[in-house]
Amino acid sequence: MSSSGVGASVLRKEDDRFLRGRGQYVADFRISGMREVAFIRSPVAHAVIHTIHVPERLRQSVFSAAHMTGVKPIRAATALPGFKHSAEPILATRKVRYVGEMVAMCLARSRAEAEDIAAAVEVDYQELPAVVDMLAARAPGAPLVHDEWGDNVFIEFAQDAPIEEVAKTAAIKVTREFRTARHCMFPMEGRGVVAHWDERLQYLTVISSTQMLHVVQRGVAECLDMPDGAIRVISPDVGGGFGYKGLLCREEVALAWLTRQTGLPVRWLEDCREHLTANANCREHHYRITGYADGNGRLLAVDCEASVDAGAYSVYPTSSALEAAQVTSLLPGPYDFSIYRCRSAAVASNKCPILPYRGVARTGVCLAIESIMDAIAWETGLEPVEIRLRNLVQAKQMPFLNVMKKPFDGGDYPECLRRAAAAIDVAAVRARQRRGEPDGRLIGAGVSIFCEQGAMGTSVMSSWGRPVVPGYEQATVRLTSDGDLEIRVGTHSHGQGHETTFAQIAHEVLGVEFGKIKVLQGDTLYCPFSTGTWGSRGVVMGGGAVATASQQIAQRAKRIGAWLLQADPAQVTLRDGRVVGAQGSVTLREIARVWYLTPQHLPPDVDNGGLEVTAGYRPDNDAGTFSYASHAAVVAVDPGTGLIEILDYAVCEDGGRLVNPMVVDGQIRGGTAQGIGTCLYEAMPFDAQGQPLASTLIDYMLPGAAEVPNIRVLHMETPSPHTAFGVKGIGEGGAVGPPAAIVSAVNDALRSIGAEVHDLPLTPERILTALAKVGTP
Amino acid sequence: MKPVAFDYERPQDIAGALALAGRADVAVKFLAGGQSLGPMLNLRLAQPDLLVDLTGIAELKQVGETTDALEIGACITHADIEDGRVPDVTNGALAAVAHGIAYRAVRNRGTIGGSLAHADPAADWVTFLAAIGAGVVIRGSGGRRVVPVEEFMTGVFETVLAPNDLVTAIRIPRFSADARWGYYKACRKTGEFAYASAAVLHDPTRSVNRAVIGAVEARPIVLADAGELFGRRTGADIAASFVPQVAMRAMDTAGFKNPIEQKVHAVALRRAVEQACAR
Repeated sequence: MSSSGVGASVLRKEDDRFLRGRGQYVADFRISGMREVAFIRSPVAHAVIHTIHVPERLRQSVFSAAHMTGVKPIRAATALPGFKHSAEPILATRKVRYVGEMVAMCLARSRAEAEDIAAAVEVDYQELPAVVDMLAARAPGAPLVHDEWGDNVFIEFAQDAPIEEVAKTAAIKVTREFRTARHCMFPMEGRGVVAHWDERLQYLTVISSTQMLHVVQRGVAECLDMPDGAIRVISPDVGGGFGYKGLLCREEVALAWLTRQTGLPVRWLEDCREHLTANANCREHHYRITGYADGNGRLLAVDCEASVDAGAYSVYPTSSALEAAQVTSLLPGPYDFSIYRCRSAAVASNKCPILPYRGVARTGVCLAIESIMDAIAWETGLEPVEIRLRNLVQAKQMPFLNVMKKPFDGGDYPECLRRAAAAIDVAAVRARQRRGEPDGRLIGAGVSIFCEQGAMGTSVMSSWGRPVVPGYEQATVRLTSDGDLEIRVGTHSHGQGHETTFAQIAHEVLGVEFGKIKVLQGDTLYCPFSTGTWGSRGVVMGGGAVATASQQIAQRAKRIGAWLLQADPAQVTLRDGRVVGAQGSVTLREIARVWYLTPQHLPPDVDNGGLEVTAGYRPDNDAGTFSYASHAAVVAVDPGTGLIEILDYAVCEDGGRLVNPMVVDGQIRGGTAQGIGTCLYEAMPFDAQGQPLASTLIDYMLPGAAEVPNIRVLHMETPSPHTAFGVKGIGEGGAVGPPAAIVSAVNDALRSIGAEVHDLPLTPERILTALAKVGTP
Repeated sequence: MKPVAFDYERPQDIAGALALAGRADVAVKFLAGGQSLGPMLNLRLAQPDLLVDLTGIAELKQVGETTDALEIGACITHADIEDGRVPDVTNGALAAVAHGIAYRAVRNRGTIGGSLAHADPAADWVTFLAAIGAGVVIRGSGGRRVVPVEEFMTGVFETVLAPNDLVTAIRIPRFSADARWGYYKACRKTGEFAYASAAVLHDPTRSVNRAVIGAVEARPIVLADAGELFGRRTGADIAASFVPQVAMRAMDTAGFKNPIEQKVHAVALRRAVEQACAR
């Protein structure tokens, strides 16, 4: 292995600028004459807008739907039968359907002045009853979010199985019912948009903090009825995305329209309150799940009824169907059982649209199935680890098609779990539990295990009929005249470190010095089309494309090199950046010089495409890669205060071949921190009228450095049989495992007194309530 | 999240600040450390016409000592107290409490007077200073007066301050050498506001036995004679005879009937007492 090729923990190229504070984000762009935008957002969850009163002196500065003639709403349709469509207007037309929905935009020289204007505008809302709870939303007579639907269900997914027979005979039946909180995504950088209309070129530039440039380009083109080619989308450094920036935002369309309308460059930067209350909601599920097992704890069947509170509108391009669909398709997890019934509904409510957050649906379903495993463990008196070992797909069964026809591609799930459990030393925890704690706290150990289908491709996504289906991922690789390498990709890094890992891949193929490889991304002007960075696909798809294009460059370079060496092209090899023949070698730099500057020395049959290649990549089997991981936690629960402390945390992950293990560790730790937030802290509560109640970080609690323990990461490495280098997607997994592992550990701690908790997050109040329920003073 | 337009003044003395606050034609807010007012301005929860910045007034940063008390200027920061830039008359209590306030960036700017005037029931000073019988020195149109902390705060974000009153100092009683104190708060995470807190001062030499339950949706609940809480014992073993029912009854009397809330506050108080014994 080269010291900077695939498999090396090379320091990240991009960190040089990030650590020096030299990154450039949307908010760092200043264009002469630029105006600031503040949105007027609905203060009520469900209402008819009667009138918008704009004081005479402000008429030129306020824009509402009435001004935006011809602008199309965002329609994130799917081809799934029975899917009910929603059209989300860029600015509200007749109705508002959630608190925070955009009603008008105000333009001024500063944001403060724009907010002053917003405060001076009066909107008459005639309030309607709001649909706030997803279960109540399905009750007969519930108010309707979309009148024309007749009910509040976007779509329902059903997997059927003959469960009645098992239900009658199974030795063990366990049922759990719980909710996961609606929570917010909170990347360090919120959304932001700068839009600029060039009258001379008739050309629109949208600078946006996005994970998917070309999807934004396509979406803006569709809403504004413009050609893609007249729109340039730039995404500069992105301070975290997690899915929040993996969609078309109304704000992007609104500002694109506004700059064309006014001729002024315009900017909007999301503030914390907008982020929390109006934009960034995710993760809200309800489960009622039953597991059936035999007397040995072998899982026989699972029966689940799940709901996802999808909010008011379908999001482009993932749609409001995604999360509920994933619930049904992913709930069986890494377990081997054959009778599975599940119904999952995407329910509309008068809350902001639910967005695809890191590990869409996986965090919830992992918690659901793992709760069943724990429940079976308690019924049988066996260790929770042992119950899982008995039910996991075994290594010798690989490759394995699970009950939902997921093609698990290899690895050793039981071994992964054993390693994670050994890392926290479950036996030592048992001994400690017997001794008791001097401070009276209760100790518990818990585990979770899941697999992560990453980089799902055309064959998986096309059946949904989404607005944008992922296909071949492209990369452009160019050997420049000085022998350096320039790579341009359409995927975009929002923290993943692609400037480093993609350079490692190209270095591995071509041998060009790592320091002389530049990865460019984030601009539709020079990057090939891509559906962007999402769904744990970056290194699989973008990396695969870089490898493919690099290999083609290698072929062309070898052909020129062989000519220069007077050797047979079939007899030369590429090694360490040199084309090597029997009689000597020539460097890629020399070859590049010939192509660009002294073409008189080229072979007569040279490929006239030269030393620049745009190549597409898709694994032959594009069902996705199946990385997997086990999380293990030791916690202490304070029965006096209800506080939970994580004493130890370990993750064992199999991400296939790792391009940069250090980057992977970072991904896992960051994801785990988010998962800890999901489990212990994060919740966006609503009142009965649909008012979001956490509008600042005083009320919306995120884990901080002091709440995230030292997360130990262990690796296994089972290469994917389908991808370049055998890599697998691992971007989301970190955020998937923690709630299940921590809930398991907390319940293990509470077990001695018979209490149990499930609803997320595990607040002190919920712990104390559970203790009070079993009569603990 | 940008504030409304406001005027700004930075007077050099208390009289100047009071003169500005006395203007009838404008809504005035005093600005000390700005750790609560800053966000409130940005959220437009506070929309003053005039902001009077107190940080230029030297007198508000002074400290005075007498035989039985210490007077801390209202603009002394939490960090000043934490770092020992203020004389210790409380056997280390003030520095320890200051050390636990929010996180360092907040402590660097936030002030003891500002925190009291803001009157957030979940904050540290309102609870602890009530427990030790501290007083708030106020200057206003009526001259100078001293109000006990427990009477100063009248409700959630509410105090006895009139619009042109200014908190100028805090009077801290000097503890006896054998005084025991404890302060416990339960926070969901480091630096967050408490959801339960309690403080106790057991100073037999001065015949002081006080306990406070804080972080309730009201002014702190003060047990001015807390002897009953530890079965009328004194000294190092008061925790052994702790009677949680006394705390729960006090909560009940103050209108807090939720048993879980009562329990967690009683736990906080027990732990404060245990701390006092351990010292």
